[in-house]
Amino acid sequence: MRFVFRTAYGQDLGLFRDGVQRNWYVLLLLGLIVLPKLVPEYLVDLSLVFIYGLCGLSLMVLAGYTGLVSLGHAAFLGVGAYAHVYFTQTLGLPWVVSVALAAALTAGAGILVGLPALRMTGVYLTIATLAFALIIQEVFARWEHVTGGLKGRAVDKAVVFGVHLGGDVAFYFLCLACLIGGLWLTANLLRTPTGRAWVAIRDSEIAAQSMGVNLAVYKTIAFAYSAALMGVAGALFAHHVGFLAPDIFSVLLSIQLLLMVVVGGLGSLHGGVFGAIFVALLPVAIAQARDAVPAGVGRLVGVLGKGAGDAAFAATDRFVKQPGLEPGIFGLILVLFILFEPLGIYGRWLKIKLFFSTFPLYKHATFRRQKAYMRSERLR
Amino acid sequence: MDIVLQLVLNGIAVGCIYGLVALGFVLIYKATELVNFAQGDFMMLGAFVCYMFVVWYGFGYWLAFALAIAAVAVFGAVLDATILRRVLGQPQFAVVMLTIGLGAIFRSFASITWGSEIYTLPTPFSARATRVGGVTVSHEYVSIIVGTVVLCAVLFVFFRRTRVGVAMQAASQNQLAAYYMGIPVKRMFSLIWAISAGVAAIAGVLLAPVSLIDINLGFLGLKAFAAAVLGGFGSIPGALVGGVTIGVIELLSGAYLPHGFKDVAAYVVLLVVLALRPQGMFGTVGRKKV
Amino acid sequence: MTFFAAENLEINFGGIKALDGVSFTVEQGQVFTIIGPNGAGKTTIFNLISRIYDPTGGRLVFAGEDVTRVPPHEIARRGIARTFQNIELFEHATVLQNLLLGRHAHRGSRFLQELFFLPGVRRQELAHREKVEAVIDFLDLQTHRDSLIANLPYGVRKVVEMARALCTEPKLLLLDEPSSGLSVEETEGMAFWIQDIRTLLGITVLMVEHNMSLVGTVSDRVLALNYGRPIALGTAREVQEHPDVIKAYLGG
Repeated sequence: MRFVFRTAYGQDLGLFRDGVQRNWYVLLLLGLIVLPKLVPEYLVDLSLVFIYGLCGLSLMVLAGYTGLVSLGHAAFLGVGAYAHVYFTQTLGLPWVVSVALAAALTAGAGILVGLPALRMTGVYLTIATLAFALIIQEVFARWEHVTGGLKGRAVDKAVVFGVHLGGDVAFYFLCLACLIGGLWLTANLLRTPTGRAWVAIRDSEIAAQSMGVNLAVYKTIAFAYSAALMGVAGALFAHHVGFLAPDIFSVLLSIQLLLMVVVGGLGSLHGGVFGAIFVALLPVAIAQARDAVPAGVGRLVGVLGKGAGDAAFAATDRFVKQPGLEPGIFGLILVLFILFEPLGIYGRWLKIKLFFSTFPLYKHATFRRQKAYMRSERLR
Repeated sequence: MDIVLQLVLNGIAVGCIYGLVALGFVLIYKATELVNFAQGDFMMLGAFVCYMFVVWYGFGYWLAFALAIAAVAVFGAVLDATILRRVLGQPQFAVVMLTIGLGAIFRSFASITWGSEIYTLPTPFSARATRVGGVTVSHEYVSIIVGTVVLCAVLFVFFRRTRVGVAMQAASQNQLAAYYMGIPVKRMFSLIWAISAGVAAIAGVLLAPVSLIDINLGFLGLKAFAAAVLGGFGSIPGALVGGVTIGVIELLSGAYLPHGFKDVAAYVVLLVVLALRPQGMFGTVGRKKV
Repeated sequence: MTFFAAENLEINFGGIKALDGVSFTVEQGQVFTIIGPNGAGKTTIFNLISRIYDPTGGRLVFAGEDVTRVPPHEIARRGIARTFQNIELFEHATVLQNLLLGRHAHRGSRFLQELFFLPGVRRQELAHREKVEAVIDFLDLQTHRDSLIANLPYGVRKVVEMARALCTEPKLLLLDEPSSGLSVEETEGMAFWIQDIRTLLGITVLMVEHNMSLVGTVSDRVLALNYGRPIALGTAREVQEHPDVIKAYLGG
């Protein structure tokens, strides 16, 4: 058990709990810097993890901290991506300027989408964001001058301040730098009045108002900031995929983004990052399982006899190679997490840490959920 | 003028489908305050099950129809009893995500069981039409409209006149108090899910001859959201009226507005309603008493 | 100039007239209590003052300014704070975060400053923390500083609710049934706190209360309401002995 001994208010304000925690994060950073040398074949996937990390951060701010659930965040990713490509390739603006403009434009879109939020709560807002996303997706398909319409648009590699960052390693570090920047800015906001106002809006709008929180202003800021982060993520995402088409930014992608925050654990930055790691690496894991599982099943059943083993292999192989399986796996994971681990991966991580720090006095009932009865949320 | 009438008629028929799916949303929302994002996928399952009975097993259309409704309704009730019951009391966001996840599982299941191509369902109304004045009235569309009207009448009476209907409303507003009043809340919820799933299945079977069956049929559910919101999320007649309105608007905008508007017409209507009159046409506004 | 005045307040909910011609004034430094049976409209008056509802008639005047129609988030900045009858704390935050939120009306930093956590923001955060700690000391909440609200018992939550209101540095404090749900001992403690708030902190208190002994101990003036109409106004003793009040509320 560790004692955290505070002697000044400033220590509570810091980004890290104490020097020990800061050192762990420094170690993590060093590990991430060395990682490209160790697993060069996974660099592209890891870059996607960082991009999704920014997305998870964005959605965590909006849904986890402010309580405004958006089912249309993929649209913001698209706005950022298309805007960035248009600014760099059609207008020829420098990379950093383009990303900044793309983020600003996406923030504007966020404010637009957030306008209905000022008047409605809960599920109505979620449905409204979904409707916005579907409309924006249609705009992507129709506005051929900017987006290339249904034919799509190719994306060049990143060139920042004249330096070509197209290689896998360079792009990896670019994404890592952006993620760290996003984390720092968001953590700053969360320890200041803005972040507290967001939490207040989530928990009790009436009490927040009576404490002087202007709901409209802070909800708008939440949407704008969240969308701006998505704008930056969109720019990086464009470089990552290399080719933009409207049907990339679909409802299914929005659902994957929400999956990130649910699986990661609502209400913490760690949760956003954990969720991003999970969602970005899951397709990789599924692809590998697709090869490994039939072989494994075949060998297992093959104990009974070669014919049976071959048949089992063939059947399992046919099953896992089906195209419609992947969304089902995502759905299943989502359902399982909500049923059995609503606090997400970060929640499980906290439970594990508690187990080790209070060993052998750990009580399983510490985290048991109370039986909750449903009360009408219509009158919130 | 004939063209407009034709469009309106077709719009009403399509709108009835939206209305039926919206009806399912509203039923579940009134009872349990959940929004079931998998409602469209229930519809898809209903269509596929009916197709399976007709084409694979050779049953007659009406028998297959009845079996499909029964199967999906039972499935809905079982889903409630096993999975959804466990998440009551959790914040609404979690339950919404749960239904989204379930929808994805249903689509995957359909793709594995029945395949991911497009199928047609042979019905007694297929490819038959009557001309009334200058308007071609397709029998498929008529079957949709008639089926919807009958179903809505039955449900309206059920909720207004029976004890079960009133009990469901009580359970939706304060679960604990409903328990105290002796209402078997869990059974109520399962019944509501069964009815809602059954309604979705009916919508799916009615729609199948018109729009063909494939696993993405459920995305129609998103447009049905617009119908439910337009009608007012707590109102049963509202769902139907909303659906028909959206259907007509959609077809008219397809004919008279530039290409692409037809697809997003429903969503634009949704946003306009949410911005100007969030309670829809027949809904009511509630406030929390502090 | 009266410190706070309500003039002819009226409000309808559907067909029900919840308040009908309610007028009273509060002097600075007083403890003014509103009593009456349930449904008399006491909390409705509070909801009008903190601008959750709009009155259909009448005015509210605070420190010489008409505050009848200001936006709800403006009220804290003007110096009026309130507690809620059914506790509206921020459940998933700690006590400290709830109290720091009470300082929101006095924040001096802008969004861009906060985004980069400039030194000015750090200074302000430390200053807010000092003020919050003063309130924590005043109400003895030190042991609960880092507890999540969801884990706290009801009595402590009521104190945190009051602490949060005090953190806004109000000139007028609205307490909605401060002693409901408290034990006899806790209610006596509440009486001392209310007196301290008035004398040590110089805050005017407007209170809704059912506990007559608490009312008698701390109140300077009392207003009795019934069915949205005032039926008696005076000192605690005068109101408690008023025949209409006895008939409508106190019994006997």
